[in-house]
Amino acid sequence: MNASTLIKVNDLKKYYNGEKIKALDGVTAEILKGEVVVVIGPSGSGKSTFLRCLSLLEIPTDGHILFNGTDITDEKTDINLHRQKMGMVFQHFNLFPHMTVLKNMTAAPIKILKKSKAEAEAQAMALLKRVGLEDRANAYPSQLSGGQKQRIAIVRALCMNPDVMLFDEPTSALDPEMVGEVLDVMKQLAHEGMTMVVVTHEMGFAKEVGSRVIFMDEGKIVEENSPATIFENPQSDRLKSFLAKVL
Amino acid sequence: MGTQISPVMAQWLDTAPQWILDLPKGLSDFCYKIFKCFIFDDRYMMFVKGLGNTLILTFFALLIGIALGVIVSLVRVTWDKNGLEMKSGPRKFFLGLANLVCRIYLTVIRGTPVVVQILIYYFVIMTSSDKITTGIVAFGINSGAYVAEIMRSGIMSIDGGQNEAGRSLGFGYVSTMRYIILPQAFKNVLPALANEFIVLLKETAVAGYIGLPDLAYAGSIIGGNTYEYLIPLVFGVALVYLILVMFFTWLVGRLERRMRANER
Repeated sequence: MNASTLIKVNDLKKYYNGEKIKALDGVTAEILKGEVVVVIGPSGSGKSTFLRCLSLLEIPTDGHILFNGTDITDEKTDINLHRQKMGMVFQHFNLFPHMTVLKNMTAAPIKILKKSKAEAEAQAMALLKRVGLEDRANAYPSQLSGGQKQRIAIVRALCMNPDVMLFDEPTSALDPEMVGEVLDVMKQLAHEGMTMVVVTHEMGFAKEVGSRVIFMDEGKIVEENSPATIFENPQSDRLKSFLAKVL
Repeated sequence: MGTQISPVMAQWLDTAPQWILDLPKGLSDFCYKIFKCFIFDDRYMMFVKGLGNTLILTFFALLIGIALGVIVSLVRVTWDKNGLEMKSGPRKFFLGLANLVCRIYLTVIRGTPVVVQILIYYFVIMTSSDKITTGIVAFGINSGAYVAEIMRSGIMSIDGGQNEAGRSLGFGYVSTMRYIILPQAFKNVLPALANEFIVLLKETAVAGYIGLPDLAYAGSIIGGNTYEYLIPLVFGVALVYLILVMFFTWLVGRLERRMRANER
């Protein structure tokens, strides 16, 4: 395994209903430190399942995931420990509605990392400032717009100082005019060298920020290449017809 | 032969102020009956002690009920969500066993009248315990079954994304429940829990079946002693329950508003 490899996925399979539905049918991939890997594909292609398997929100039927050199699919691995190092951002934000923005961000650092309240809050405020939301620290999620919620969800994950950020269609539930503000935060993060795996339909983001694009269909990786090659010179017919529809 | 007057009447004529005796017949009779049911022989003390017992029963049964209810609902939810996907082993076995015990508990308790349950505790299971303890155990275990189903519905009403968000931050299953799911679930089911609490408060009235002198028991005893039923049952018992329920409803309403203030 290469020294700069952060995640190595080996022949990952996820079946539902016995073997009737093959959401993932043997996916092998490698994610290097500092890379922004964008996963695209039609709905039902397994791209979200792939991402959710990385943080074990779905338990793979078969295959292995090595994260920082540890096999997290091994039953003996403490998955909670590894999830702390994997930030996850969801399509529907999933902020905790009974907590203020600040509490949302500091709950995990205080309870899990045993940080002091002052330290956790200072870190949270600094992150809020970076995304321009420091004035909403004491607001409740229901008082925020969709774009604000997703920016909070991103910085909430960052509060745990993760090694990698996983984004599961982070802009799909947003009003079109709010997509930009979330993508800007993600771009900023990418430029700072954060390792990111992004499942998205935003082809512009993939082109501009992605260091690599993975195209999936029917639970398999069909094509994997630099954004320029994927979009300018697609190889497979499946990718060509997909791009023809979405671009 | 002179008219015999009862000791109650004698004391009434002795102590009542003249102006009350001079009231129109209906009104002065009413005052006499109040005197007879509440004041004579310190009969009001039966109601006071009965009310005390009712409140003690309700309070401790409520504590047991909530503790049992939360535990049982967590076992049921955990099994329903994860049980089938768990790999076989001791953990699956014990969780499955706990789930089975919980289901039997729910079926038996919800399937039989609480009166029958309290009689069984008193005459069969807890023959050496005092009545209050027996009552607390009976009503607590009974209430726990209903609280469990209320809490279960609350936990299931929370979007699965909340659990995933908690877990992906590194919280374990138990911490996610404690810090993220349960606080929201509790808020959602507060009206249903308040309803269960009110039902429990009134249900303790069947404690009289084992001779536990609660509020309702006081009413029927005084009624039997005085042959006056309207006044002790309506003013001594029904009205007091009504006031209690109205007071607690108001209290829960305030709590609910305070918890909801965070949203919208």
